Amino acid sequence: MKKSVFFGALTVAGLAAGVAAAGTLDDVKARGKLNCGVTTGLVGFAAPDANGEWNGFDVSVCRAVAAAVLGDASAVEFVPTTGKTRFTALASGEIDMLARNTTWTFSRDVDLKFTFVGVNYYDGQGFMVPKELGVSSAKDLDGATVCIQTGTTTELNLADFFRSNNISYEPVPIETNAEAQQQYLAGACDVYTTDASGLAATRATFEAPGDHVLLPEIISKEPLGPLVRHGDNEWGDVVRWTLNALITAEELGVTSANISEMAAGTNNPEINRLLGTEGTLGEMLGVDADWAMKAISAGGNYGEIFEKNIGESTPIGLARGLNAQWTDGGLIYSPPFR
Amino acid sequence: MTTMTDPPQESFRLSMLLNDTRYRSYTFQFIALIVLISSIAFLMSNLFSNLAAAGLNISYQFLGSPAGYDINQTLVEYTSQSTNARAALVGILNTLLVAFLACVTATVFGVIAGVLRLSNNWLVSKLMSFYVEIFRNIPVLIWIIIIFTIMIAVLPGPRAFRGDDPAASMVLNAVAFTNRGVYIPAPVWGPGSLVVVATFILSVIGVFAYRRYATNLLYATGRLLPMGWPSLAILFVPTLLVYFIMGMPIGLDYPALKGFNFSGGIKVGGPLIALWFALSIYTGAFIAENVRAGIQAISKGQSEAAGALGLRPGRIMNLVVLPQALRVIIPPLISQYLNITKNSSLAIAVGYADVTATLGGITLNQTGRAIECVLLLMLFYLTISLSISAIMNVYNNSVKLKER
Repeated sequence: MKKSVFFGALTVAGLAAGVAAAGTLDDVKARGKLNCGVTTGLVGFAAPDANGEWNGFDVSVCRAVAAAVLGDASAVEFVPTTGKTRFTALASGEIDMLARNTTWTFSRDVDLKFTFVGVNYYDGQGFMVPKELGVSSAKDLDGATVCIQTGTTTELNLADFFRSNNISYEPVPIETNAEAQQQYLAGACDVYTTDASGLAATRATFEAPGDHVLLPEIISKEPLGPLVRHGDNEWGDVVRWTLNALITAEELGVTSANISEMAAGTNNPEINRLLGTEGTLGEMLGVDADWAMKAISAGGNYGEIFEKNIGESTPIGLARGLNAQWTDGGLIYSPPFR
Repeated sequence: MTTMTDPPQESFRLSMLLNDTRYRSYTFQFIALIVLISSIAFLMSNLFSNLAAAGLNISYQFLGSPAGYDINQTLVEYTSQSTNARAALVGILNTLLVAFLACVTATVFGVIAGVLRLSNNWLVSKLMSFYVEIFRNIPVLIWIIIIFTIMIAVLPGPRAFRGDDPAASMVLNAVAFTNRGVYIPAPVWGPGSLVVVATFILSVIGVFAYRRYATNLLYATGRLLPMGWPSLAILFVPTLLVYFIMGMPIGLDYPALKGFNFSGGIKVGGPLIALWFALSIYTGAFIAENVRAGIQAISKGQSEAAGALGLRPGRIMNLVVLPQALRVIIPPLISQYLNITKNSSLAIAVGYADVTATLGGITLNQTGRAIECVLLLMLFYLTISLSISAIMNVYNNSVKLKER
């Protein structure tokens, strides 16, 4: 009898804890690990390497947040999500944040109750075709068979683009990038469409990347960024300002090489505030004073992360373009640290 | 020393609910019911309060808003401006199409393999047991993907048909096998084609009438009329005559390479073929085992008696063994049909737009209404499965042993 009362109490306690979830920040600290949702594998953005270590542009954001909150960039549990499962995983609390080249849209923000904390990559939907087709514009694609990764804004943009240009197409919805790639290479579809960055990343893994061209049309705005659940503003702030710290670090010239030197104190008060030698920004955020320093040390500043994972020196070879700092004519801009 | 007397009429006491065996079982069933209802109520209220806490509410308004995406295989008219409900309908029809096709072919495969597995020919029976064991023991999802992958890798793309010396050519200049699907000629209905169709339907009725007449004649007089060639003649000769008399009103629209794809004709999409074939060959292996079990359930004396009457082996199978075996075969066959219908939800693996892919896939994803979409899906599959069960049970009642 006593036992059953005990188990009953345990169940009630468990359910109560589940319902009245404490702040995500406390949960993450208590767990000692950050659950971060990423793609199932898109080279350059998030993919496991030969040793099973996750690497990439989106992965670096997860690692920076883990470093800021827990002081350990490796304390991340990467949860691979598909276009279909990602929102359920985030809404149900299976993951603490989603860094999976996800487009910031009105309905996702408002209707699905998520908070996009910022933009880490300004993208747009493009088309890739084999060179031998001799197509030079997306408007020549009348009647083509188009492979799409399902569960993305891509399907809707595509339908809108073809409708507004009054041309027809046949969609082939594919669950993951890998299968889409296979169908495209086998010629089961003429065109592969997704975000231009994703196309570049996919093309980089082909045996003969030169045989495929990206068409000049970019048919949509795709601001990609990390997101968290609505209603937990403290946690949203942590992720937002970690991303901003990476961006500000690049703007202020703080790199993973000179950060330990700068952390000793500089003449620039904003750097000092960022790195925690001045002011109490970390305390306000609910993390350690040197949170931003740890986040930047994890993988470098925004520019370093970009160059290392998807920049021009990598096989993916994306130019900074819109993703340059605002001081260089791009759109990457962080609110000030003060 | 006991005296047998009528027990006095006891008045009902509360303790009898536990102590009296007449009432005890009711008490426990009642308690179990209360526990069940309250736990369901608790889970539901938990769900609703959590949904409310997350700011989400159950709403089906999204069904009326434009879907915004295109679907490659639609049996009814559909554009990206149609509603989500319409997209769900397209998916439902696609599910029913592939389930129906797969049920028919799986039954054909299953009956052939099941009968042949009992063959006295060593090679044939071993080949059939090989088929059954291989296909039954590998998950159907893997078969779907294997068949689809082989299809897109082996068959040529439409590009291979282009040029003066193309790498691939159409079979009989009418059918094109490509890795996007098979293109076949489509009929074009000219004026007067209705007469031809009507003649054909009448011919079909005529065939049944002739066969019934022949059977009755056989039972009444013992005269055996030929069945095979007169049936074929009744079926085709009048239709062909009318077709030529009317001046060949039904033409064929051949598929032709145009732009990126073939146009004209009817396209049977690659995903449909892969899914259809995989489902039928996989479930066919299970049905083969049902058929074998049904046949083996008929005692050997039956076929021996039929043999003693002078029936040939084919007739023994068709007239004596199979009709009795159906009693054993039909009930497990129902569950195989249900399996096909439910397994068709794996369609998304190859990009076939079934209801799981439209309503439970893209619509769910674009509207974020996961609970609503999944509830609708559950309702759909439940309705379909129960309907198949009901129809097959009617058939089962008509073939089962009539006990008089």
